[in-house]
Amino acid sequence: MNIQSIVENITINIDGQDVEVPKGINIIEAVKMVGKGKEVPHYCYHPKLSVAGNCRMCMVEMGMPMRDRGTGEPILDENGVQKIGWMPKPTIGCATNASPGMHIRTNSEMVKESRNGVTEFLLINHPLDCPICDQAGECRLQEFSAEHGRGYSRFIEKKNVKPKRTTLGPRVTLDDERCILCSRCIRFSKEVAGDDVLGFVDRGTYSTLTCFPGKELSHNYSLNTVDICPVGALTSTDFRFKMRVWFLKRTHSICTESSVGANTEIWSREGKIYRITPRRNDAVNDTWMTDSGRVLYKAIESDDRLTQYTIEGVHKTVDEVAAAAVELLQAREVALVASAHSSVEEQFFYQSIAQRSGATVSLVSHYAEGDGLLLSEDRTPNLRGALVTGLIHQLPEREAKLEALARDINSGAVKTIFVVNEDLTKLGIHKEMLAKVKVIYVGTHANETSEVANVVIPSLMVYEKDGTFINQSFRVQRFKTAVPGPRGVLSDFHVLERIAAPLAQEKVAPLSIDDVWERMVSRIAQFDAAIRWSALPEEGVALDASAFLDLNFVESKNLKFDPVAFKETSAAPAETSATIATEA
Amino acid sequence: MAPQETRLIFKHIDEEGYTNDIDCYVKNGGYEQLKKAVTMKPEDICAEVLTSGVRGRGGAGFPAGMKWKFLDRKSGKPIYLVCNADESEPGTFKDRQIIHQDPHQLIEGMMCAAFAIQAKLAFIYIRGEFFQGYKILERAIEEAREKNFLGDNILGSGYSCDIIVHRGAGAYICGEETGLIESLEGFRANPRIKPPYFPAALGAYQCPTIVNNVETLCDVKHIIEMGGEGFAKIGTPGNTGTRIWCVSGHVQKPGYYEFACSDVTLGQLIYDVCGGLKPGRKLKAVIPGGSSAKILRADERFTGKLKDGTEFDWGIEDIPMDFDSLMAVGSMSGSGGVIVMDDTTDMVEALANINYFYAHESCGQCTPCREGVPWMRKVTQRMVDGEAREEDADLLKSIADQIAGRTICAFGEAASWPVQSFIAKFKDEFVEKAKEQAARRKEGQEVAKETTLI
Repeated sequence: MNIQSIVENITINIDGQDVEVPKGINIIEAVKMVGKGKEVPHYCYHPKLSVAGNCRMCMVEMGMPMRDRGTGEPILDENGVQKIGWMPKPTIGCATNASPGMHIRTNSEMVKESRNGVTEFLLINHPLDCPICDQAGECRLQEFSAEHGRGYSRFIEKKNVKPKRTTLGPRVTLDDERCILCSRCIRFSKEVAGDDVLGFVDRGTYSTLTCFPGKELSHNYSLNTVDICPVGALTSTDFRFKMRVWFLKRTHSICTESSVGANTEIWSREGKIYRITPRRNDAVNDTWMTDSGRVLYKAIESDDRLTQYTIEGVHKTVDEVAAAAVELLQAREVALVASAHSSVEEQFFYQSIAQRSGATVSLVSHYAEGDGLLLSEDRTPNLRGALVTGLIHQLPEREAKLEALARDINSGAVKTIFVVNEDLTKLGIHKEMLAKVKVIYVGTHANETSEVANVVIPSLMVYEKDGTFINQSFRVQRFKTAVPGPRGVLSDFHVLERIAAPLAQEKVAPLSIDDVWERMVSRIAQFDAAIRWSALPEEGVALDASAFLDLNFVESKNLKFDPVAFKETSAAPAETSATIATEA
Repeated sequence: MAPQETRLIFKHIDEEGYTNDIDCYVKNGGYEQLKKAVTMKPEDICAEVLTSGVRGRGGAGFPAGMKWKFLDRKSGKPIYLVCNADESEPGTFKDRQIIHQDPHQLIEGMMCAAFAIQAKLAFIYIRGEFFQGYKILERAIEEAREKNFLGDNILGSGYSCDIIVHRGAGAYICGEETGLIESLEGFRANPRIKPPYFPAALGAYQCPTIVNNVETLCDVKHIIEMGGEGFAKIGTPGNTGTRIWCVSGHVQKPGYYEFACSDVTLGQLIYDVCGGLKPGRKLKAVIPGGSSAKILRADERFTGKLKDGTEFDWGIEDIPMDFDSLMAVGSMSGSGGVIVMDDTTDMVEALANINYFYAHESCGQCTPCREGVPWMRKVTQRMVDGEAREEDADLLKSIADQIAGRTICAFGEAASWPVQSFIAKFKDEFVEKAKEQAARRKEGQEVAKETTLI
């Protein structure tokens, strides 16, 4: 969390200003730490990849305090200040690590001139097709050309011709003429995705990015190459030509694909999502996410979306369905099939409802094989939330079956089932059995259970509501509304309040999400009393997990989570997580 | 009187009856120095090499002993020795002779050096075009192994080292030491960034590695023979040992000539040793150290101060052929490829030829070189094709200035120095070219002269 306190700090001088930076940090990062929007322009450097040093854009002037070669004594100028020995040539910031006393010039004549030179070189063979290029608006080359270019071309020769519209894989299209050969995508595939399929062929100015023969860029992280491509060479086949990026609104969200909880950004316009990209969180997903997680939003517009509150198939108002649900729940003999897809806030309400209606709670596992990176074995975003809110106390069975519930239905012990987002017919409870009980269904999409349900409450998808999830490392992470949900459908916790309050003979309160949090922090030990949803930090808050360490979670080691190490650090006095929580 | 050659490394080159097999080599006193070396302490040999002051013969002229000193011995990783036999600087043809005619001299030098730095394994990276040389080396190594001059427990010393010959695939950039190492490891020969990848610390397979030129490694053998101080007596201080000058171009007797450093001047080399220019021709320019060295104009006066403070005032013919003097006149001795041009040479075409080579050989890794060098090629090609503009000279200079010093490896300099120096010294010809073509165009004549580049 707090790098400076762990690593030794040193003082370096950037453009005449002394700055404290962690030892060994490179100059690009050091200059970024100065703040005030100061930046060393760069293309090939990426904080999460190895340093290649090939774009030559991040040139800075570097000097070290001079010392006498023989005696090691500092050499002083007439004012008694140690002289600086400036290097005759500029050096690249990405591969220069800060050392004590180092002097850096990021804006001298020599630096400006070399940036101008690199910019001119990058543009001579570039097609300059910004008007039809998808990257326009978020293109480093475009930005830096405006900032550091000369504004006109001295190049009158013929440009090189390279392949256009090459299909690299099922999701990525390549325009080689736009490629500036920074090798980010190659390094990503090799170092992060672990699937070394990209490389350069041919030499010199004819160097061309391509897939190795017989291979394709098809791994589940291929779209990250599009994200990190600083120009419009690699484009998403799906997003290509769909929308200008400057028209899109960006909303911070969380990926629901698995318990990793990758931080994401939703790009939408006029209530329609156009793409999802990863958002940097060094404790969760670095700057990456899966390809499969990026298309989940497409379910918003699917034909089987539930959009109406209904009782016995007849459209009703939200108050009518809530009242119907309350009536069923008050009759007791209720079973609640909860979901780890629900947000923490919703689970908090389900916990109250279960308590107030005396319901037995079961939760169905959604386990599959993990990929060791950003797709964990648990394919739900919020199993930890169900534990923290006290909705469940044990992990769900590995096998996704509801045998106990089936027995209870057959024996008549259960008369009403409150189902959240699960299709019971897939879990060992046939339609004939469902006919014996009353079913309240809450969910985003129709399934065989919702078809036979007596009360149907449509629910919003993660993109359409505010909330939080707790990921595999017990980190509470916030997501915000990016697009409106189906007309007339309320946010889940508003509906749940209409059910939970009457069950306890309370008045239904008009709640904001911060009000829900006020209730939660008073009831949930892991939540810091001062914190509210709207004040959660962007990178989330790590909770004290010590109460849950005995549980046998399914996640194995992945990119940022090591279950063994996590157990060890969490078992130690919960000092770290507590301080972080207050800090936040 | 023509100055006398000092044949040290080329002692037996072109000698009647001298063959490249091991028997002939041993008969002529071969492998005696290796026998001596393995009885010495490795650090003593390193000290001798440092005392000898021998400078790298590959181009940069960096003191070899100093290079060895930078070896990271604390890491505990194995040390590798690599012989750079990727002789590809246009105008250079010395290493080929050593490999073809006296391969055992190289092997002996290498094993002495390997023992001195305690290398675990040695490589010879030979350029792909030297197929014959590759076969000769393979045979020679087999012969030496049979006689226990390399392999396990060399001459009973307890030291073991083998040589692996690796063939390149025909790329100039493989002569750059980190590019060579990448290629040796089986990758594209993209030079590495320094820092952090200094070969002496993180070289082949991320282990400490020494890369030396063929001629430099041969010198090691002679340093052991005559001792560091004895070797240092050849030539002048700071410019010790002999150099093999590969003279090509418009001289009567092109070829390779070995002289002690400073023993011969450029004038003597051209007129006395190489028999002068063709009848009726006048000297126009000389590139003294392979095509990447800066060109020297025949009618220039070179004045300045040497490293030791002595002032000089030379014409082109007075320049002593050694590292520091050529550096002082603004060029370099490089790999020893002396390219002589007489007054029939069209400088624009000559530069177009050089640019063609460097544009073709740029590895394409870093931006200035990848984009800038082919741009220069396109400009000079256009000029030769009849579309020259008067402002092209300044454009070329400006492009070259944007490349030199901004690249990952020294290729950026190698490619821009010729352009910078050609423009600095023959700008009038570049401008004249444009005017001449404009005039011919006006008269409706064929604009470009009939020339073919390579």
